[in-house]
Amino acid sequence: MKKLIASGEVTVDSLQNSSGRNWTIMEKLFLGLTLPQYIGQALRNPLNWIFAIIFAVGIPIILGRFFFGLSWVTHSSNDYPWGLFLGFGLFGMVPLSSSGFQLGTACVLFGRHDLEPIERLGLLNGLLGYLFAVVFLMIDLGQPWRLPYPMVVSFGPAAVLFLVAWHVSTYLSCQIAEVSTSFFEWIGFPIGIRAIRRITLGLTVAGVILSTLHQGALGALFTYAPGKVHPLWYSSSFQWIHFFVSSIPGGLCMVIAVSTIASKTMSWRFDQRFKDSLDRITISLAKGASMGLATYLTIKLLSIAHDNKWGYIATGYGQWYLVEIMIGVIIPMALFAYAIRRKQMAIIRFSAFLVVIGIFLNRLNTALITFNWKLPYREIPHWREFVISATVYCIYIVVYRFLLYRLPIFYQWRTQEELAPAYATETEKRAPAYAPKIEELASAYATETEADAFRNTETVAS
Amino acid sequence: MKRRDFLKGCLISGAAASLGATSKSWAVGSFEGYPDAMGVLVDTTRCIGCRSCEAACNKEQKLPEPDVPFDDTSVFEEKRRTTEKAYTVVNRYETNDGQKPPFRKMQCHHCNEPACLTSCFVNAYTKTKEGAVIYNSKVCVGCRTCMVACPFNIPAYSYSSAFGPVIKKCIFCYHTRLKFGKPPACVEICPREALTFGLRNDLIKLGHERIRATPDRYYDHIYGEKEVGGSSWLYLSRVPAEQIGLDATLGNEPIISNVKEFLGMVPMVLTIWPALFTGFHLLATRGKDHDDAHSNHSEQEDGKK
Repeated sequence: MKKLIASGEVTVDSLQNSSGRNWTIMEKLFLGLTLPQYIGQALRNPLNWIFAIIFAVGIPIILGRFFFGLSWVTHSSNDYPWGLFLGFGLFGMVPLSSSGFQLGTACVLFGRHDLEPIERLGLLNGLLGYLFAVVFLMIDLGQPWRLPYPMVVSFGPAAVLFLVAWHVSTYLSCQIAEVSTSFFEWIGFPIGIRAIRRITLGLTVAGVILSTLHQGALGALFTYAPGKVHPLWYSSSFQWIHFFVSSIPGGLCMVIAVSTIASKTMSWRFDQRFKDSLDRITISLAKGASMGLATYLTIKLLSIAHDNKWGYIATGYGQWYLVEIMIGVIIPMALFAYAIRRKQMAIIRFSAFLVVIGIFLNRLNTALITFNWKLPYREIPHWREFVISATVYCIYIVVYRFLLYRLPIFYQWRTQEELAPAYATETEKRAPAYAPKIEELASAYATETEADAFRNTETVAS
Repeated sequence: MKRRDFLKGCLISGAAASLGATSKSWAVGSFEGYPDAMGVLVDTTRCIGCRSCEAACNKEQKLPEPDVPFDDTSVFEEKRRTTEKAYTVVNRYETNDGQKPPFRKMQCHHCNEPACLTSCFVNAYTKTKEGAVIYNSKVCVGCRTCMVACPFNIPAYSYSSAFGPVIKKCIFCYHTRLKFGKPPACVEICPREALTFGLRNDLIKLGHERIRATPDRYYDHIYGEKEVGGSSWLYLSRVPAEQIGLDATLGNEPIISNVKEFLGMVPMVLTIWPALFTGFHLLATRGKDHDDAHSNHSEQEDGKK
């Protein structure tokens, strides 16, 4: 794709192409390339070949699960009802998807306009994470076609899972609405954009409420099993707070991780605004994540002190607990503290990956690795369970990439009014079109922040 | 069901309050079982490990043929658990006091406040007034939270079924016997009268009476009288409970008590958060061009068209 851009191919980032004709849907889907060009770039990408191999093995196994039953693909037993699908897929992906509500809250509720360039990535990351957590759930449920039952057929309102079901489903709808703005821009549907804009505040507040509750509720699910979850990972009073608070650095670091991968693999899709602000925003997110980690570490220790569980630290499980805390909390905190001050972006991004790994490790520990610690045997997931988990995760990556390539997430959708002067002044490179305008007008808004200047520039320009 | 009603009440009143409606409050109280609940007293000092209860259960519940015949005692070499094919199993436990190893029959304890019931999001479980905890397979989604929640590791799942997997567990022979006042099949068949069927309240008295009459024979504790809120099935044994594979660390609070702190917080978040965060929004954006400021420029453009 980089080569194609370098050779002068244009990508779709507005309603019309250079000759003033509207892009057709097919052209938009193929990113403005011709079909042979599109297929050519897809075949040249080695990652696609890896995906093809994984899907060739994994998709038949996923189908097999629905014909031969759960026992064909999992070692989930009567003692270990939850395996990788929930431990990794549901409990791991949901906290990493809290970015949607956090960036929504920061930008919409708290007016942090400096974070706006990455807001849409946060929202999309949230939506896809939840969506695929539900996909994992559908694979794991014994009778997935009954998933709507808690909504319509039979209610168990005193159950934590009842809250999770309701909140995740309403929150998914919320997130679809929030992300649909990008989609409406892409297909050219201004009525939809206006409709969503009117309810943005409501959606965001709803997002905060629902996220607080179901992130916590996933933790509270384990309070049903006080004798099974290892005491170091269990706390009757704090379990839901642990899950909720750890989701905050988790979501922020996931956004840093995704933007890092994207800047290595698809920087052609970034517009100048995103490129210019990415480092600054990454530092802001890392600061937020550090505060989240500090809070998380404090309440983790607090819960051990509260129930006086220090004795367990000396056991084998205790050492494993320390490993988890070191990888996921203490090392990233130290690295963040060092790197944020010195603006060392590589270290910040590396620590974000550590936090993401730490979150997965924590959820797997709670749900699977240390679960049933009193039982004499540990469950090792079936190999097909690993294959299915990897396959679903790869589908997640493919869908994620598909949307990032197309929707205005990393770039801003350009409108007709802007296109006319832009094409008049530019020849080959179109991306830096904003840069001179900013400088012209920046002095007029010298007291404003960079982001404000941007916004005002655009308003004035139009 | 007062405790569950209270929790339901919390949720409903939380939801109602957030809608601006008024609702009456539910009384708080701890539930100690239905007064007429039946139960079974399992006297493990009488059990000889004949496994006839397993056979009777298999027949009564129309379960599939067992892998090992019911007269084969080689099964005692390992610790078994309840499965989709066996709602009750008898295990042998080694003790260090030089006496004959005790056996213990294992099946659903039919708790007064069952964890499976309170964790089920489609309300598939019911605690009947006769004391049985029964299960409705028609609404079960298959999330298996009840299996995670059960402190005794009782519910089993028919993992091998692709199109209709369900939970399988002892239901106290509710539909065929208990409903009509008859004892469950395992109790009826027991040749040693190790199992006694009766009103739970009477069985507790009977158990204490046995301990008082022959203190040498028993460890002075009825397991299930108070554990996790009490259960319909009660155990007497010569040795402490943990030596016959019962978890003595569960405490006397029902499992749902652990979850209450979270459930109590839910209505607070539902009612306080909207005002709190809208307030933050107003404070954070006061005096700024906030409303349209949150936008991508193109949204504004589209808005103007």
